[in-house]
Amino acid sequence: MRSTWKTLLAGSALAVAGLSASLTAAEKTVKVGVLHSLSGTMAISETSLRDVLLFTFDEINAAGGIKVGGDTYKIEPVVVDGASNWPLFAEKAKQLLEQDKVAVTFGCWTSVSRKSVLPVFEKNNGLLFYPVQYEGEEESQNVAYTAEAVNQQATPAVDYYLAEGKKKFYLLGSDYVYPQTTNLVLLEYLLSKGVPLENIGGGFKKDESGKIISAGKYTPFGHTDYQQIVAEIKQFAASGDACVISTLNGDTNVPFFKEYAASGLDAETCPVVSFSISEDEFRGLPADQLVGQLGCWTYFQSLNTPANKKFVADFQSWLSKSTVPGIVKDGRVTCSPMVLSYNGVYLWKAAVEKAGTFDVDAVRTAWKSGLSFAGPGGTVTTQANMHLTKNVYIGETKADGQFKILKSFENVYGEPWLKGKFK
Amino acid sequence: MSRLAAFLAVRRNPRAISRGELITVGLLAILVVLILPFANQQGWISNFAINLWVKYLCYALLAISVDLLWGYTGLLSLGQALFFSLGGYMMGMHLMRMIGDLGQYRQPIPDFLVFLGWTELPTFWKPFSSFPFALAMVLLLPGLLSWVFGYLAFRSRIKGVYFSIITQALTYGAALMFFRNDMLMGGNNGFTDFKFILGFDIREPATQRGLFVVTAVTLLVVYLLCRWLNGTKFGLVQQAVRDGENRALFSGYATAHFKLFIFIVSALIASVGGALYVPQVGIINPSEMTPEKSLEAVVWVAVGGRGTLLGPVIGAVGVNALKSWATRAIPDLWILLMGGLFILVVLFLPGGIVSIPGKVRGWFKKKAQPPASSASSPAAPAKS
Repeated sequence: MRSTWKTLLAGSALAVAGLSASLTAAEKTVKVGVLHSLSGTMAISETSLRDVLLFTFDEINAAGGIKVGGDTYKIEPVVVDGASNWPLFAEKAKQLLEQDKVAVTFGCWTSVSRKSVLPVFEKNNGLLFYPVQYEGEEESQNVAYTAEAVNQQATPAVDYYLAEGKKKFYLLGSDYVYPQTTNLVLLEYLLSKGVPLENIGGGFKKDESGKIISAGKYTPFGHTDYQQIVAEIKQFAASGDACVISTLNGDTNVPFFKEYAASGLDAETCPVVSFSISEDEFRGLPADQLVGQLGCWTYFQSLNTPANKKFVADFQSWLSKSTVPGIVKDGRVTCSPMVLSYNGVYLWKAAVEKAGTFDVDAVRTAWKSGLSFAGPGGTVTTQANMHLTKNVYIGETKADGQFKILKSFENVYGEPWLKGKFK
Repeated sequence: MSRLAAFLAVRRNPRAISRGELITVGLLAILVVLILPFANQQGWISNFAINLWVKYLCYALLAISVDLLWGYTGLLSLGQALFFSLGGYMMGMHLMRMIGDLGQYRQPIPDFLVFLGWTELPTFWKPFSSFPFALAMVLLLPGLLSWVFGYLAFRSRIKGVYFSIITQALTYGAALMFFRNDMLMGGNNGFTDFKFILGFDIREPATQRGLFVVTAVTLLVVYLLCRWLNGTKFGLVQQAVRDGENRALFSGYATAHFKLFIFIVSALIASVGGALYVPQVGIINPSEMTPEKSLEAVVWVAVGGRGTLLGPVIGAVGVNALKSWATRAIPDLWILLMGGLFILVVLFLPGGIVSIPGKVRGWFKKKAQPPASSASSPAAPAKS
């Protein structure tokens, strides 16, 4: 009996001591939203972004957190699942902003998910960091676009092809906003570079006045029959100086590249540059079908810089220790959307520390003043139009799903409004 | 006319309405139509909660439409999300027109049309500036489509699993069509960024509250209408079609006409649900009409209890509330939780949630008098 009393006493003394210790060192936290699809069709891509965000938060917390007005804040992630369901994205955004009152949200992949949550962020004056290449034509004050704008992917790719002596360009994409816009911009860009209209393949659609309102060939999501289109490309490429610019999305790339290889076309006779295939996509696509074809992003895992090597190694070691339920640990790679998510968190931290507050208006002002961060893909700098200046790389696909970097463009300014810009 | 009147005269069906149901529905109606909006106005319930609940109520309308076909008539339609989305699109077209020139491009036509290179409104968009026209289209378009489709399907005596397959194909085909930008219905992105409805700012809490009340009242009216329909001779024939279509046919009832009528009615209910849904969630796009969405609604009905009217409502609200909670609380595991729940319901509770009180009562009765004959709880219809 006496011993029980003793242990009880000792225990409560310890508890009190522990409590007071935790009270004096009271850690302040700031809630940060993570809004990606962890289930449904987009989960395969978006889960990687959730992973890299959690990794970044842990990295920042381990390094001391965010310093605001003499206090130190640890990041407390609030992860929600948008489930590839666009109305659910809007609901979750509302929950993050109105219920959890997060300081900032990192999220969305598809344009439709961004369009779905945009009114919610504008109404609540929230801040969304959007990390995936997109079509532009948008400049919300409530979105920080760390994503590649069209002139940070498509036009540099054309510059590369022109320098390689290509004269004919075939435009191909999935039928949605991003490819449609990209191809309209490319059409103007190619014409401005002196490429005649008959050397631009894929077809045009004109309105009654004869103005071109759509350029390129489009196939629906999940399309599998590329025989006719590849035959058309083969004919188009017969002169030997043609190339393909592809904005095909996701799964449809498999039948397209199979058909492409089967028809005897390859990277030598007519190279294809794809804007939607990164290292992470090769976890699900057969890379050997695409050897020699090109990719264009603002980051490649193969970048040979100390910053990138450290990033890749740190991410892998974080993964191996991670206890997140269901997280995939094998065969993981890093890719551009992941690095742009990573950069976004650090840029937000820099903006908050500069502003001295988590207040969205102050953070936005700090962002607009031009902040820089030396990320894995090189230094990125914030712009007044809520976009980012960053380096652009052209890479050649290797059989292991990595890219060999062929060319880089330094400090390309992110410009969302490109239609009618190239004359 | 007198034949129709005879059909629609209420029969004293002992199963028509029980006191328990009357009380439950009455209390729920008071709660949803009066108390929730009032509490929201007083600030006791957040706008977020109201916005969630209204979504569930719209889903309840979709669930009722599925159940009218599946639970009461034995027709498992996997295409009800199409009618829900069509209603949503018709309302969405009007809301797009109400944005005026406040879009991204500051043009008097919707943003996606500017993006596609249009400088003026396509002809078929023009009448949607009128709210009454849009409202009429919410009823006309799905009504017409279900009439034509149902006429062809039922005339050819398509039933059972084949009916499920062709309704699924119908909604999938429609989704592919709406995905196309050429369709001029917003393509993959659909319609978003609505600003005004009937002159009110759509994002203001007061407007949302108003829409909530409208939705709750609509649900109540639809519920009562279906209740009444089920109590009539028509309702009895409808259930006869479910339980033995050939017998009903040989007894002189043109079962195809009955099925067609109920197919149109449920299309209209789904469509009204969709039209109420869109202004409140703020987006409509083709992924809402994929077969998966119709399947989800079938699951709500199964969980709630098919062959009843309260069941689908409980199922739609319950499953979606659970989904809202779980996607925040356990984002990595929620899908397993939901899947597990559905399997359990199918295995152990075929009558759904509404069958629980009956089961419990039966269990107590059994305990009181052990040598009772085999329990006969009101079993759910076995045919689908």
